[in-house]
Amino acid sequence: MHVLPYLVSGWILLVGMYGLATSRNLIHAVGCLAVAQSSTYVLLLSIGFRRGGTAPVFSDVPTGSVVVDPVVQALALTDVVVGATVTALLLSLVIQLHKRHSTIDPDQLNGLRG
Amino acid sequence: MNASDLLPLAVAVPLLGAAVFAAVGRLLPRLASDILATAWALADLVLLAVLWHRANGRTLTNWVGGWRPHDGEGVGVVLVGDPIGVGMALLAAALILAVTVYAWRYFAEPPSGHPGTFPALILLFEAGMCGFALTGDLFNAFVFFELMGAVAYALTGYHVEDPRPLQGALTFGIVNSLAAYCSLTGIGLLYARTGELGMAQIGLHLADHRTDALVVAAFVLVLTGLLVKAAMVPFHFWLPDAHAVAPTPVCMLLSGVMVELGVYGAARVYWTVFSGPGGIPAAAVHEVLVTAGVVTALLGAVMCWQQRHVKRMLAFSTISHIGLFLIGVALLNAPGVAGTALYVAGHAGAKAALFALTGVLLDQYGSVDEHTLFGRAVRLRWSVGLMFGLGGLALAGVPPFGTGLGKALTERAAGADLAWLPAVFVLTSALTAGAVLRTAARIFTGAGATPHDGSDAQTRGDHEEPEVREPGRPVPLPMLVVPGLLLAACLAVGLLPGLGAELARAGRLFTDRAAYTAAAGLPAPAGPAVSATAGAAATGTGWTTEGVLLGALSGVLAAAFAATALWGPNLTGTTVRRLGGLAAAGSRRLVLPLRRLHSGRLGDNVAWLATGIAGLLAAFTALK
Amino acid sequence: MSRTARVRLFLCAAAVIAVAYTLACTGLPHFGAAVHPYGARAVGATLKQRTANTISSINFDQRAFDTLGEESILLGSVLGVSALLRRTGSEREARPRPVRVLPSTSLFGVLLLPVALLTGVYIVAHGQLSPGGGFQGGVILATALHLAYVAADYRVLRRIRPRELLDTLDAVAAGAFTCLGVAGLVAGAAYLQNVLPLGTFNTLSSGGLVPVINAAVGIEVGSGVIVLLAYFLDQTIGTESGDGGTEPNRPTDRDEDSPCPT
Repeated sequence: MHVLPYLVSGWILLVGMYGLATSRNLIHAVGCLAVAQSSTYVLLLSIGFRRGGTAPVFSDVPTGSVVVDPVVQALALTDVVVGATVTALLLSLVIQLHKRHSTIDPDQLNGLRG
Repeated sequence: MNASDLLPLAVAVPLLGAAVFAAVGRLLPRLASDILATAWALADLVLLAVLWHRANGRTLTNWVGGWRPHDGEGVGVVLVGDPIGVGMALLAAALILAVTVYAWRYFAEPPSGHPGTFPALILLFEAGMCGFALTGDLFNAFVFFELMGAVAYALTGYHVEDPRPLQGALTFGIVNSLAAYCSLTGIGLLYARTGELGMAQIGLHLADHRTDALVVAAFVLVLTGLLVKAAMVPFHFWLPDAHAVAPTPVCMLLSGVMVELGVYGAARVYWTVFSGPGGIPAAAVHEVLVTAGVVTALLGAVMCWQQRHVKRMLAFSTISHIGLFLIGVALLNAPGVAGTALYVAGHAGAKAALFALTGVLLDQYGSVDEHTLFGRAVRLRWSVGLMFGLGGLALAGVPPFGTGLGKALTERAAGADLAWLPAVFVLTSALTAGAVLRTAARIFTGAGATPHDGSDAQTRGDHEEPEVREPGRPVPLPMLVVPGLLLAACLAVGLLPGLGAELARAGRLFTDRAAYTAAAGLPAPAGPAVSATAGAAATGTGWTTEGVLLGALSGVLAAAFAATALWGPNLTGTTVRRLGGLAAAGSRRLVLPLRRLHSGRLGDNVAWLATGIAGLLAAFTALK
Repeated sequence: MSRTARVRLFLCAAAVIAVAYTLACTGLPHFGAAVHPYGARAVGATLKQRTANTISSINFDQRAFDTLGEESILLGSVLGVSALLRRTGSEREARPRPVRVLPSTSLFGVLLLPVALLTGVYIVAHGQLSPGGGFQGGVILATALHLAYVAADYRVLRRIRPRELLDTLDAVAAGAFTCLGVAGLVAGAAYLQNVLPLGTFNTLSSGGLVPVINAAVGIEVGSGVIVLLAYFLDQTIGTESGDGGTEPNRPTDRDEDSPCPT
């Protein structure tokens, strides 16, 4: 039980990778990448959890309160922004690819091989 | 302001430049934009040169935001500039400057409505590379790694008119991002174990536990991102696809320095984080990475020889060289690191020059296909052709090119470790250089039999979208001067007296974990100082007879390979025919399946990525 | 490689990864454990800097260099998307058609827009005090503006969204973050050092440099997200291919999910 949240994170990562390996639609693939990335949020936040801890914001709780680890939250926030922007970039590539190739099935793109 | 304050500025200056171009780039006329971009690239190069000079072989440290640790405990991000790290940043800045000048006349029309975008992206790329090279914090390294990546994906797909760059950029982006998230998972595991994010701090705290499955998994996951960037087999599938289609100036950066930064990152992470007690045993790292390096070098060389798309050929030659760099680093001693550093610097010059010259072909003939360009560029043979040939020789490691010195030093270090390793260096560099020489002879002199190739399992290089729509114009001067200067720089790396000695010192510092930890303001790590003394005995820093001979041997072999490819088909006789039949059978049985594996499909890429991670996990678990 | 071979290869690899990762997890500290050395130090440093929100203190003060890199990724993405989604030779600007919207929807939009904008500004401004900050507030600001698209139509959105200006604003905010770091150097301290007066704990002016960087990030994220969405919307609605008419399988301005017939 005490490792379950960590295992969930690993499961999400592998599920995302499976989706990427078998995807037949590039938009779906970019979504799978986001799934794989969300495993890192789960991992970071579960590492930082502290039983009985509250949010590390001291505007309405006394400064001595037990709080969860704020560092991983800051890292997760950075991670979210990175993920969102990279997703935007990848989706714009998909849009252009659809215009030029009129397909977004990654298995039908044969321009580069050998 | 002291010298160490230059460390964050090396990142901030290009960032500011990018912001300026993004804000006012569209108001600037083309000429002003080119001049400003060049000035900005030059400014960062000068800044890093001053940093290198002021550091004078020492390690500089800067706590960003002034968050110095007390009693080894702190909250801030640290930048650590040891000579190898600053050297990598310097290399990146030098190539950025070369690319900026090269691109002066390159994109005849900047994207309509968005002038200034290209220099802004290039400067962001520079900031990413400098930040990655200089940081001493694992999460910070991830951020700059992603910056470098995100900009590179956008730059790779820059030619949206052609479907292939989009496909290459998309595979590049998805595979590298996925690998980066694996790295982040590893960073998370390390944070859970040690409660630290700084590389030196994590390294210190790993000693509190024995080496267990957690450390192995964290090591492999963190390394995955870096080795995917470095394109180690089987993580390499994205690289030829991206390099073959990216705009030429971008290829110069990707092959010249970004891929090498992956190897640098892996080495840095190993030494600062995992080389102590509670980390990964040196023997395991040595064994696994040397094996992977040999496989990468051989596979890259074989695939390189098969290509007719010149940029793709150069991309596979980069993979082959990455294999050699990996071997050099995986020797886990100072001479190996020093030799590799020199090799990387020389290779950057040679490879960037070759890509730049390929850009001239694309500019003039709208094709980078070895077969369709056969004999067509004869009028350029004394300018572009000559430089292309010289680039090929540099790639082989012929003295006195910097690649030759780097190869000789790395070979010597490798030979002291395993006697047969130098043979891998000679063979693979000869094969990749032979492919380049073959191409040069065909395109610029029309030598040998008309090439024909029945195999359909490959990418052709004709029907490329020309990057400049102005056929028949003379070759713009910057496009000739820049490759010339890059080759001269490659030569200078081999001839500059004292550079070898300086890098040997840098290599010792790089492999000295205690020195790094002390520079980061922490107590010295427990355990013996392993590598600081281990390789110090066998230091040679300059040319030796043996090195010159091996370099010359590579060159002769390369010429022989090229000659066989050119004139072999014309020969007659039973022996020749039998040999030809044997080669054809070998090619059909061994090479063709290998080429089929390079399908360019996203799904295959991801499956191989998972396989690589699983392989590394199994290997390190078995050897720990 | 055939699909079956690929899936088999992947599943074998995934099995190995799963086993190794599970073993690794058994070595982790138990979920909810009390020992978080870095976290504890970060909380201490936050209070010393008189910032109430620890996350903001980490993002904009203690580890501000991470955030600088991350904001650059945002700038890079905006630049990258603007380059990738540029109009190519065969495309030209389309004129989105006006759309009729239910009066109740418009009314909601008109009422909600100022509230949403105000919420965004509040969340940015209180980043150093309460949950939220430049990122979160910036995203709220950006999406608030798109209420105009939901409640009216694309033409209204375009009128209240000066893309060129926001493009510049995004770059200026990113540049401002970089320059704010230099302020520390000018004051004789380190790059990105918090050299402004720290103020009183738990007031709007506390935290020194934190609210300033926070505001710059808020502006950058807000304008960056608007610009990103603008390029994507423009692809769908504002562009048509060169051979006349919009592309067949691309919906024009909310053809499919328009609340009422046009």
